[in-house]
Amino acid sequence: MHDKSIRELADSLRAGEFSSEELTRHFLDRIERHDGGLNSFITVCAEEALEAARVADQRLRAGEGGALTGIPMAHKDIFCTAGVRTSCGSRMLDNFVAPYDATVTERLKAAGAVMLGKTNMDEFAMGSSNETSYYGPVRNPWNTHTVPGGSSGGSAVAVAARLAPFATGTDTGGSIRQPASLCGITGLKPTYGRVSRWGMIAFASSLDQGGPMTRTAEDAALVLQAMAGFDPRDSTCVDREVPDYHSALENDISGLTIGLPKEFFAEGMDEGVARVVEAAIGEYRRLGAEVKEISLPNSGLSVPAYYVVAPAECSSNLSRFDGVRFGHRCEEPKDLEDLYKRSRGEGFGAEVKRRIMIGTYALSAGYYDAYYLKAQQIRRLISDDFRRAFQEVDVIMGPTSPGVAFRLGEKSDDPVSMYLSDIYTIAVNLAGLPGISIPAGFSDGLPVGLQIIGDYFQEGRLLNVAHRFQQATDWHRQAPEGYA
Amino acid sequence: MSLDASEVKKIAHLARLAIDEADVPRYASNLSDILSLVEQMNRVDTHGVVPMAHPLDMNQRLRPDEVSETVERDRYQAIAPAVENGLYLVPKVIE
Repeated sequence: MHDKSIRELADSLRAGEFSSEELTRHFLDRIERHDGGLNSFITVCAEEALEAARVADQRLRAGEGGALTGIPMAHKDIFCTAGVRTSCGSRMLDNFVAPYDATVTERLKAAGAVMLGKTNMDEFAMGSSNETSYYGPVRNPWNTHTVPGGSSGGSAVAVAARLAPFATGTDTGGSIRQPASLCGITGLKPTYGRVSRWGMIAFASSLDQGGPMTRTAEDAALVLQAMAGFDPRDSTCVDREVPDYHSALENDISGLTIGLPKEFFAEGMDEGVARVVEAAIGEYRRLGAEVKEISLPNSGLSVPAYYVVAPAECSSNLSRFDGVRFGHRCEEPKDLEDLYKRSRGEGFGAEVKRRIMIGTYALSAGYYDAYYLKAQQIRRLISDDFRRAFQEVDVIMGPTSPGVAFRLGEKSDDPVSMYLSDIYTIAVNLAGLPGISIPAGFSDGLPVGLQIIGDYFQEGRLLNVAHRFQQATDWHRQAPEGYA
Repeated sequence: MSLDASEVKKIAHLARLAIDEADVPRYASNLSDILSLVEQMNRVDTHGVVPMAHPLDMNQRLRPDEVSETVERDRYQAIAPAVENGLYLVPKVIE
C-alpha cells in the first residue's frame, strides 16, 4: 500500500480494496517500525488520525469527497493544528498547543486528508540540514549517516521512506526543494501569494511559502489544488483563480524552451550533480524541448542579499516570542527584561539566535541603508534578471542543490558553508517565483534533484514539465533500501 | 566587517537575548563570517535601483470596515504561562 501514489491510493479506496482506516493503520505501523532510526516525526497523532480516517470512510462510502479524501499525510510542524502541539522544531514552542488551524491545515482537512502527525524541521525553519531542531536531527533514509536537507527535512524523509504518501513543507530559501532533492522526492514551492501563510509560523514573511512534498508531480498537482487559493486572512495572499493543475499534466511539451543559466553551470560544479542534470536535460531534448543558454548575472548575489532580508524579517517576526503570552518562560524572572532575555535565550537555539542577531544588527540605527535597503535593491536586480529570461524561455532548469546529501555534522559548525547549500534555490524566493525539484538520478548512491523554475503563477506548467519527465523516467519510483 | 565581543553583547541586548559569556567569542566569529558574506553585495552598484519590498509589487489590500473577529480571550489565555482575572502576569514593572 505504501508504495502507491496518491492517485493510485484514491482509486483503491474508491474500489473498496481497503479502507482509509486500514490504510492509516498501515502508515502508523510503518512510522512505529521505521521512524525510531529516522526521527522524521515530532508528534504522531494515532487516535486523531484513525478517527479522521473513519469519517473519510463514511464520505467515501457515500460517494463523496475528492482525490485526497482518506489519504494519510503529515504536516510540517510549522503549520498550526488546533489541539495538537505545534513546536516549529523549537524548545520555545515545545509546550505550544495551537488554538486554531492554519488555512493550509483547514483546507487539507476539508479535502478529507488524514493527518498522521507533525514532522521534524530545522528550528523555526532556519537551516539546510535539519540539524538545528530541538528534537534532534533527522536522518536521510538513503544513508542514515547523511542529512536529509532542510528545513522541511522531516517531511522529505517521511515521504521518501514511505511513512506518509505526502507531506506539507515551507520554503523560504529552498526549504522544500533542497530536502526534496537530497531525499529523492518531488517538492514544489509555489509563487509567493499562491498558498495562504495564515497560521504558518512566520520566519521571513516576504519569502515564506507553503507547498506540497510528494513522490510524483501528479501527486503534487493534487495536493497543490487543495492547498492553493485566496485567503482574506493573509494580506499577501493573491486573489486569483486556481487553475486545474491535474488537467494540464498531460500537455505536450515539444517545442518547450528551456533556459540554462550559465551561472548555474559554472566551473567547480560537483561532477556527479552535473552529470545527472545534463542527462536530465538530454531527456528533455528527446521529449522535444529546445535548450538555450541564458544569463542571470546577479544570481551570485542572492545568498548575500538573502542573509540580510531573511534575518531582518526573522528578528522582527520572532520578537513575538517573549515568554508572556505563550511558549517558553524562564523560571523566576527578576524583572521584565530578565523575563524576555532568559525566556528567549533558553527557548531559542544557536542558529536562530545568530539570525536574530544578524537581523537586529542590519536593522539597527545607521546600518539600514547599507544592509536592508541595499539587499532590497539587489532583490530587484535578481527579479529583473528572471523577467528578462522569461521573455526568451518557458522554464529555467539547473541543479537544485550544489551537492548530494552531506554527512551529519559536516557543516554544522560553519554557518556560511551551510548557507551556500541554498545557492541555486534562494534567488527564486527573492523573486517570488515558483520552482520544483524532481528526482533526476543518483551520484554516489544518493539522490540528485533537477530544479525547474517557472514564471509567476506557472505552477501548472512546472507540474506538466515535471510529469512528462516522470513518464519517461523512473527516478521518482526509486525507494531507499529497507523502506520499499 | 568584523564584530567584537562588546558589539555582540550590545546586539544581544537589543534583541533581548540572553547568551552565555562563554559563547560570545563563537558568536562574534560566526556573525563576522556572515557579515563578510553579506558584504559581497557591495560588488554591485545599486544607485537608483528601486528597492523591492514585495515579490509581486502588490499594495496592501483593503477590506470593508466590518466586525470580523470575536473575543476569545479565555481560549488564547489557556496556553499562557501565567494569567489572572483575564490579565497576563509579568514581573512588576513600576516600583
